[in-house]
Amino acid sequence: MTALLSFRNVWVEYGDKIVLERVGLDIDAGSFVSIVGPSGAGKSSFLRLVLGQEAPSRGEVLLDGQPMRAECGPDRGIVFQRYSVLPHLDARRNVLFGLECAGARVTGRLFGAARRRALEEVDAMLDAVGLLSAGGTYPAQMSGGMQQRLAIAQALITRPRILLLDEPFGALDPGIRKDMHALITRLWREYSLTVIMVTHDIGEAFALGTRVLTFDKRRHDPHAPHRYGATATYDIALERKTEVQGSDAE
Amino acid sequence: MRLVNIRPGRATSLVLGILPVAALVFVYVLASASRHAINPGDRILPTPAAMVSAMHTLMFVPDPMTGRLTLWADTLASLQRLCLGLAISTLSALIVGLALGLVPLVRALFGPLVTIIALIPPIALLPILFIMFGLGETAKVMLIIIGILPVMIRDVAAHVETLPTEQMLKAQTLGASSWQLAIRVALPQMMPRLIHALRLALGPAWVFLISAEAIAADIGLGYRIFLVRRYLAMDIILPYVAWIALLAIALDWLLRLANRRLFPWAGSS
Ligand SMILES: Nc1ncnc2c1ncn2[C@@H]1O[C@H](COP(=O)(O)OP(=O)(O)OP(=O)(O)O)[C@@H](O)[C@H]1O
Ligand SMILES: [Mg+2]
Repeated sequence: MTALLSFRNVWVEYGDKIVLERVGLDIDAGSFVSIVGPSGAGKSSFLRLVLGQEAPSRGEVLLDGQPMRAECGPDRGIVFQRYSVLPHLDARRNVLFGLECAGARVTGRLFGAARRRALEEVDAMLDAVGLLSAGGTYPAQMSGGMQQRLAIAQALITRPRILLLDEPFGALDPGIRKDMHALITRLWREYSLTVIMVTHDIGEAFALGTRVLTFDKRRHDPHAPHRYGATATYDIALERKTEVQGSDAE
Repeated sequence: MRLVNIRPGRATSLVLGILPVAALVFVYVLASASRHAINPGDRILPTPAAMVSAMHTLMFVPDPMTGRLTLWADTLASLQRLCLGLAISTLSALIVGLALGLVPLVRALFGPLVTIIALIPPIALLPILFIMFGLGETAKVMLIIIGILPVMIRDVAAHVETLPTEQMLKAQTLGASSWQLAIRVALPQMMPRLIHALRLALGPAWVFLISAEAIAADIGLGYRIFLVRRYLAMDIILPYVAWIALLAIALDWLLRLANRRLFPWAGSS
């Protein structure tokens, strides 16, 4: 079986600054990959590759064995630490957005029966992240945790196969974070997702992941630190037996 | 308590706001009265009574030459030019600003041109406009447009550019095309800024309107005050200026109200 995502000797360079070098990895479908590493190690750059926002400067990224197109698409969803939701839409419309993009190429809006059907799907998704009662709320009126829940619901409505998370819970307080861990674990299972999550919290990385990658520089030139890039230095497979506990774990 | 921490309440704010205006009016009335005590024929600081009677004539007595009620005819003519200029500018700023802010190719193509045009003093173009469009309405409306449009475009485009990259990426992962990004993500978030830019453009728009009317017109608020200036008719000029200020305030207030009503999500973020 071929891996869902393969990195073959991938390099990311900006000018003469090497950010990632010689990254060779296979990521299996259904895995939950946590990525940790020092700031500036290229974790976000790695996600950008998977997202298709950028192409590698050398090497290739394969999706299902096929070279990946360097453009975002609905099979890969993402949640950033901030700014992941649309501030001018309330929660329901934020989630509806993905369905409207697919269903109404010209107007970008669904009407009538199509809209009602889509809204049923939206409400089910809002329910899954515990936001059903906040459907008419605008992001600015939501807490950080609610906004991230919304961002996840919004990302999942288009049924992506891969969900990318870039420090998604970095701005949340520890209690809320626990709830979010339970939520993302449940969604990962229910929607058979492949999750790649960047985090600065080692505990979080090991609690959630089926695999933990650390990104760091192997070599270091003190006179020209930009001449060497980071790569996956540790690759730890984990057996996930323990359930993450949290108030909304079912 | 520190001065910076004293916050006046609603009623106090109102009284405080009225105070300087009332003081100004009071000083004017005093100065006017004292000048008239020395010279009853003084034209520089007309008494309130003289202004009221002059305005009464302009408001309610048809002009013997044209048969029009002067103030209302002037107001209508000026507002027509102003609103036409504002409407065309706003619509153009919406389309061009959106394209410029969202599409790097369009920005590369037209960004420098807009910057250059924005740097030309519009009044310097007035002779060209009069030559090209004649002395009629078109030239005056064009002056307003040329005067405010480049700034509006730049303001709106800059705002679209500062929309977080994360948001644009997220929308794309949800399947949004360039067109859908424009109409569903960028445009709605641009609208409050566009109205705001329009509010800021109101001041310059009045300046260009009155300049154009002062130079070539036979009707309009700006035309009137420059016409009666020859007779030192301060009893007409002062009320006209106050009336123009009142119209400007009303327009600004309307736009602010529209922004609050139409885009409730924008205020709190
Ligand atoms: N567009 C770019 N042009 C030049 N350099 C860039 C660009 N994007 C990222 N970099 C550089 O690449 C390096 C890695 O950036 P990246 O954002 O991937 O780090 P990170 O591991 O996500 O860090 P953090 O933990 O702080 O988020 C940084 O040194 C950054 O300066
Ligand atoms: Mg990062």
